[in-house]
Amino acid sequence: MNKYSNKIRSILIDLGLSLLSIIVALIVGTLFIYLTDKSPIDAYSALYIGAFGSFRAIANTLWRSTPLILTGLAVALPFRAGLFNIGAEGQLLMGGFTAGVVGFYFTSLPTFIHLPFAIIAGMFVGGLWGGLPGLLKAKMDVHEVIATIMLNHIAIALTINYGINIFRDTGRPATPKIMESASMFNFKNIMDYPLLSNLPFAELFAQPAIRLHINFFLALIAAVILWYLLFKTTLGYEMRAVGFNPDGAEYGGINASKGIITAMFISGAVAGLAGVGEVLGTHLSFINGMDAGYGFTGIAVALIGQTHPIGVILGGLLFGALAQGGLEMQFSGIPSEIVMLIQALVIFFVAALQVFKVYLAKRKAKGGVE
Amino acid sequence: MDILRQIFSLSLILASFRFATPLILAALGGIFSERSGVVNIALEGMMLIGAFAAVYGSASTGNPWIGVLYSMIAGLSFAAILALVCVTFKANQIVVATGINIFASGITIFLLQVLFGVKGTSPIVNRLPAFRVLGVRFNPITYIALILVPVVWFIFFKTHWGLRIRSIGEHPAAADTLGINVNRWRFVSVLISGVLAGLAGAHLSIGDGSAFVREMSAGRGFIALAAMIFGKWHPFGAFGAAMLFGFAEAIAVRVDFPFIPSELISAIPYVLTLVVLAGFFGKSTPPAASGEPYYKGEK
Repeated sequence: MNKYSNKIRSILIDLGLSLLSIIVALIVGTLFIYLTDKSPIDAYSALYIGAFGSFRAIANTLWRSTPLILTGLAVALPFRAGLFNIGAEGQLLMGGFTAGVVGFYFTSLPTFIHLPFAIIAGMFVGGLWGGLPGLLKAKMDVHEVIATIMLNHIAIALTINYGINIFRDTGRPATPKIMESASMFNFKNIMDYPLLSNLPFAELFAQPAIRLHINFFLALIAAVILWYLLFKTTLGYEMRAVGFNPDGAEYGGINASKGIITAMFISGAVAGLAGVGEVLGTHLSFINGMDAGYGFTGIAVALIGQTHPIGVILGGLLFGALAQGGLEMQFSGIPSEIVMLIQALVIFFVAALQVFKVYLAKRKAKGGVE
Repeated sequence: MDILRQIFSLSLILASFRFATPLILAALGGIFSERSGVVNIALEGMMLIGAFAAVYGSASTGNPWIGVLYSMIAGLSFAAILALVCVTFKANQIVVATGINIFASGITIFLLQVLFGVKGTSPIVNRLPAFRVLGVRFNPITYIALILVPVVWFIFFKTHWGLRIRSIGEHPAAADTLGINVNRWRFVSVLISGVLAGLAGAHLSIGDGSAFVREMSAGRGFIALAAMIFGKWHPFGAFGAAMLFGFAEAIAVRVDFPFIPSELISAIPYVLTLVVLAGFFGKSTPPAASGEPYYKGEK
């Protein structure tokens, strides 16, 4: 009984800290809104209406949260294994680029082969791009932060600078458009499918401005799988043990190298899926700028979600809502970069409030002695 | 042969000094921070805000030297955030630095709109006077960077201050026993790194150009980090690496290679850094306590 009440207590503290840092970030954000001579109330209500004001807004909030949930997971999983993956950006680019090339290169495959092939190829290459720093860390003791930073920039050179230039067929900085057979299901096309069009509320989705696609559900599935992996399997237990105390885990007979490489490979594959979805679902080609800093926002998402897969879903939804609502703010004359500032502030406050958590834990430890 | 003549032409080698300047400055900053035990991946953001502040200073006063001053103050204040949250409050250095980088790209684009009313490129402002050397224009910041290399070396390896900074980066507890205030020295070292990164930004915006462009640091803070690692956390080593990377950038801009696409030349610094870190030619080892917050009373 006590075990459960402790667990609930720690979840509540985590949730409280996350909420507190969001609220503080929004309050500090008002300072920047004042600089633009607009009222913060107008700005935040525009933000809210933009994100949740209509069915279309909500659907697009889900759409925008998709890559953020995935990159958030890609940061959260290695974090549990004691690793800091700031290479989600590069893994996303490599995955997206691979999916884009597979998507346009094969012209006569049926959908049920082409689409899964493109998704798996993208996830695999993303996984390699994540697994490489894992390997370097495990075998040669190269710090994963530096390795992933370097790999991010190598990925930019390979895909955006070089890859697009060799494949592009028009003036647009993008690879050629993918085949119909490789594209992900978009909810706005729901009426084209007789089976789905009979579902209740199906007509709500049939608006051209709705951009939600199936990758959102793949992201949710990925979160559940990672939750299961982390908390219900031996492998996940080993990863968390390595993160908690690598030497202790080694002493207890856990192969730390294996845990590190696996965690980084899976994380790369998940980040790769973020890129895959952007290419096969959103842009229908690999296009310059599609990464949009998702890899770095993913760090904020993972932290606000307390690096728990379910928390990451909530964090991703929050940041997706900020991004979607930011557009509406832009229309009312407030720079949407406010959203970026709020994201950065959230990171500061989550990081600073972790210290508060350490303080709470210490106080509790002291209380035990009395 | 023509290619070789192009690569080893004097003008190209001189041009690489210009490209290397921000890398040298930020790498020296990185050495200060990391030698004291604080990983600074926020050099990128500090450079960006420095570049913006330099343009703002030059635009509002008409004097580019005021711009240089502003850039250093901007770098310093961002470094103060990093130092306050990570050294004083002992938060995760990588997390906070990532936040600073996001904050820097957000705030510069935001301020472009608020202060200048534009979204991408600021108006043209007065730039620093340049001196011509053998047909290549050098601005004063390049000379400052070149002078700072031996100065930083002297500080680190010939003065008590440098010894203190190095000792707290290697073994803070031991330094503490000897009466060195670990967190105060770390705070100061991080501030110095911010000043240098800000100055690097000023080179980009009013030294090498005369306007601020959004995201104009374009990963140079990370290349500087790479140069620092490649140079094994030593001022002369970092200088050599920065020159090599600057040279690579100059080549990518000016020379057409028959086999290697010029887009990939920009990735050379990153690949080389990975190779060096993996220990293929001479292991590069960071200061032992780098990245670890220091709690008094723990060993």
